Amino acid sequence: MKIWQFTEQAYFPAWDPAHESLRNSLPNKFLDPQVAASLYSRYTDEWQLCDELGINIMVNEHHQTATCMTASAHVPLAILSRITKKARLLSLGHQIGNRLDPVRVAEEIAMIDCYSQGRYEMGFVRGGPFEIWPSNAQPVGQTRRFGEAYRLIMKALTTHDGPFNWEGEFFHYRMVNIWPRPLQQPHPPAWFVSIGPGPGAWIAEQRGKLGTFLTGRDSKILFDVYRKRWREMGWGQAPADQLGYLAIVAVADQEEEAKRRAHQIAGYIRTGAQLSMHFFSPPGYVPAQANAQAMRMSTRKDYVPAYATVVMSDGSRVHQGRATIDQLIDAHVAFVGTPDQVYEQIKAYNEYVGGCGNLLIMAQGGDLNHADTVDSLTLFSREVMPRLQALPLDTMAAAA
Amino acid sequence: MEAMAPGVIRLREHTLELIDAGRGRPMVFLHGGDGIDPRWPVLQHLASLGRLIAPSHPGFGHSALPAHFRSVDDLAYAYLDLFEQMNLEDVVLIGTSLGGWIAAEIAVRSTARIGHLVLADAVGIRCATDETVADIADVFSLSPADIEARAYADPARWRRSYDDCSDDELLVMARNREALSLYGWSPYLHNPILRHWLHRIDRPTLVLWGAADRITTPDYGRAWVEGIAGAQFTLIDNAAHHPHVEQADRFVREIAGFAGLADNRTA
Repeated sequence: MKIWQFTEQAYFPAWDPAHESLRNSLPNKFLDPQVAASLYSRYTDEWQLCDELGINIMVNEHHQTATCMTASAHVPLAILSRITKKARLLSLGHQIGNRLDPVRVAEEIAMIDCYSQGRYEMGFVRGGPFEIWPSNAQPVGQTRRFGEAYRLIMKALTTHDGPFNWEGEFFHYRMVNIWPRPLQQPHPPAWFVSIGPGPGAWIAEQRGKLGTFLTGRDSKILFDVYRKRWREMGWGQAPADQLGYLAIVAVADQEEEAKRRAHQIAGYIRTGAQLSMHFFSPPGYVPAQANAQAMRMSTRKDYVPAYATVVMSDGSRVHQGRATIDQLIDAHVAFVGTPDQVYEQIKAYNEYVGGCGNLLIMAQGGDLNHADTVDSLTLFSREVMPRLQALPLDTMAAAA
Repeated sequence: MEAMAPGVIRLREHTLELIDAGRGRPMVFLHGGDGIDPRWPVLQHLASLGRLIAPSHPGFGHSALPAHFRSVDDLAYAYLDLFEQMNLEDVVLIGTSLGGWIAAEIAVRSTARIGHLVLADAVGIRCATDETVADIADVFSLSPADIEARAYADPARWRRSYDDCSDDELLVMARNREALSLYGWSPYLHNPILRHWLHRIDRPTLVLWGAADRITTPDYGRAWVEGIAGAQFTLIDNAAHHPHVEQADRFVREIAGFAGLADNRTA
């Protein structure tokens, strides 16, 4: 099981419940650039520590938000490509359905792959609905634009006798001929994110890696869709290394201390939805039928959409943002406690989903401070990781 | 007042939902971004003055969205096709909000089948020279309560809960919003160069504006008048962005007077 550390590099000093939205519309006067500079420095130190501890690194990107200061995934990865030695560097990922220039993305991928001596892994995501506003991308047809951007990036990365021409529905180039080209051949591993079962089959067809975030027991449904399609393609059993799961992780010598840390990290979940309602439903981001259904349900006071809930061991669903740490642990959304407890929780999750080869840990989130983050990561790497290497992965799904 | 019953017409390779009622001189009514409600009294009133043709634009209401449609240009050409197919002459072309933009795009291409043009609270042009000034309030970024307050002089009177809507009405609302985004997401509800072609509109033009409109203010309306030779400007009190809804009688009266239409019912 490969381990990857993830943080959103939150600007938590601006997390005031009085703000209607932490995303899109919160003026950046609430960010002190001197504080931001210090936080970047600190978060980068923590990633560097991960490299020393044998933990890989994953970054994502969000825009115009106090929840995440990584406005470009490639900026920190470019830095990390030179100041780390062994860690694999994953961008998960680029919102290529929203970006104006996919060829620029391909150029940056090739650069970082070379800078890092082939340690780079690329990820492509749709981005949350609220990301439509900062990007200004037309929400109608975004899925088609994502698909075209992906095909163009892959062709740019793998064409070595160019230039080639591209006259698509969304993108137009007379000369695509990127320099440099990626070090890893034919291209760095490609990841995609899915939080519902819809995209799983397509991701399998691309032989892409499927990452899913905080989906707990529901991730098994996603993995099953992926593995089924992989078999249907005639490729046998999908390797567990094709699958990844992101969860909150907090380790400490004492269980209560670990739970305290987890509560701070879970500020990520609690603030994720601190957003004006209309930013959740850009037109065309989901089919009209789904938006109509959302309108119908929006007037029901107690209604919580399924994607905002987690499944408990008794089958009930709990609102993610209101869940206690104990509930998040029960739901496999957070692995929290002493090293022994965390190991047992991850082991149980791995068994439940039938083998997951990549664990993306959110060991820093919210306002968890540097000392606690370092302690948690260090304990995890020393006490938990060695035992995870012995977990059965590829035998699980076959047995399931 | 009873709802009008829309029919379906085949236009080249796609279908269009369309109200076709009354007799006499053709009036084509092009709806705004919220679509068309067959229960609007304005439709009955207009149908008493002549032949009312009120389509749902491709992608709106129950009209199909052809796969290659992506701009107001496509809508303008589709309606020029419709005028030809129905052999309409001397049309009174009425557009509100988005429909006004479409009407202007039709008219700069050809006024051959148009007799009179009416633009009501029309979006479609760029007025401000300061890049940071939005001419048109952003209905994709404002809260529903804010939009309502800007779009109606008396918001409470026109507010409708989703609970009072049928499943089909909600689906139509979702389709309308999606289609509005397709045609108007960016540049936001305007064609940056349309103002430079307005000189091609060589038919009598009436610009009607809700005095309380805060989606597109009356000053924005006056910019239309500046661009179209001989255009008249009339403010409608106690109405905002939807004068055809809030002041339907006055709206129809202004059009009847302007285009010389007599009420068939009293003739």
